[in-house]
Amino acid sequence: MSQPSMSAALRGVVRRDLLLAMRHRSDVAMSVFFVVIVASLFPLGVGPEAAVLRMIGPGVLWVTALLACLLSLGRLFTADYLDGVLEQTALIPQPLAVLVVGKVFAHWVISGLPVVLLSPLLGLQFGLSGDSLGVLTLSLLLGTPTLSMIGAIGAALTLGLRGSGLLVALLVLPLFVPVLIFGAGAVTSSLAGIGSEANLSLLGACFLLSLALAPWATAVALRIALE
Amino acid sequence: MFQTVALSGSRGERQLFSDVSVTVKPGTLLAVVGANGSGKTSFLRMLCGLLSPDCGTILWQGNDIRQLKELYSAQLTYIGHLNGIKDDLTPVENLKVSACLAGDNSSGEVVQQALEAVGLGRSVHRLPTRVLSQGQKRRVALARLWLSTRPLWLLDEPFASLDAVATGYLTQRLQSHLSNGGVVVIATHQEIALPTESVQHLRLTR
Repeated sequence: MSQPSMSAALRGVVRRDLLLAMRHRSDVAMSVFFVVIVASLFPLGVGPEAAVLRMIGPGVLWVTALLACLLSLGRLFTADYLDGVLEQTALIPQPLAVLVVGKVFAHWVISGLPVVLLSPLLGLQFGLSGDSLGVLTLSLLLGTPTLSMIGAIGAALTLGLRGSGLLVALLVLPLFVPVLIFGAGAVTSSLAGIGSEANLSLLGACFLLSLALAPWATAVALRIALE
Repeated sequence: MFQTVALSGSRGERQLFSDVSVTVKPGTLLAVVGANGSGKTSFLRMLCGLLSPDCGTILWQGNDIRQLKELYSAQLTYIGHLNGIKDDLTPVENLKVSACLAGDNSSGEVVQQALEAVGLGRSVHRLPTRVLSQGQKRRVALARLWLSTRPLWLLDEPFASLDAVATGYLTQRLQSHLSNGGVVVIATHQEIALPTESVQHLRLTR
């Protein structure tokens, strides 16, 4: 009788979720299109005033990334819960929190990473400078995995509930606020020329804190949902 | 050896069963029977640790499963009334992933042999599982038993949706597992065509 190593189990979960995402390319594409369209609507609505666009750009791009993450949270555990894969996952002889990290990582690759990669292009619409575009990308690289991890707690807590989409938003949006403030703040600071290190450090701290706590909280919530 | 001591379970306000004590020795199949809603599925989910009992203890090799945690999970294969397979993956992909996660042999050849053992020919191995019939999907889920090397099998209505041929395959597999000293707990409404000395019955009542 054998038992999978922790890394093998983690790889297995990530591989399965990425394979499923490849079969549902339209879902991934929809997330990307959502970000592109929402971010493009603001310059059209606000007008071509460069100073205004530069001022609102960081906040708009960060809120767009946050909403894209929120929209994709429904897919995180629901399908696994309905087809019985979640209970099979809970019985893998490794801590469920570790497997949650695998699922959240796959979720970030599908929904967060495309936003990070697109962000320099989107930032150009708002007239962000080269340095600010770098800071925007870096802040999203640190912030979007944090959003996925915090979102996973909400998705697990509302699993199997009616109207869970709205409930997830109500639960996690307040928790997203610090990430939004530090993320948008980093880009704004860079634009103002006062350095973005403090905000990026705080974003890094948020990431580490969520990495340490969110998988355990999510695992507990999933076990409750399975009962 | 597998044992429950004074196990009681409920769903919400409703008491399902109480004071269930049973011992299952290696090489024995425990058939859990009872009317619809009598708590067979809940009983099985308690045995695999997915559901907490109201009171009582579940022992595996003399140790409380709550203390064993992942060590206990490494001893069991559970197939619930949900198949636990992904409709968008092929039967081969489903089995490979689940074998890899369970730590079983997940090589392509072994997985294909497992699917053939449940009567799924190579023509369906590469189709999305979503296009298969309910019975074929159940066969894909049950093919995990041909990959499993774990001693304890917990199966919830494994014969549901199966035709006579597939039922025969599964019965043979159960027989061979029991011959190797394995333990099987099945929630079922059907008679199981196994030697009576290796089958124990548990009727759940409130």
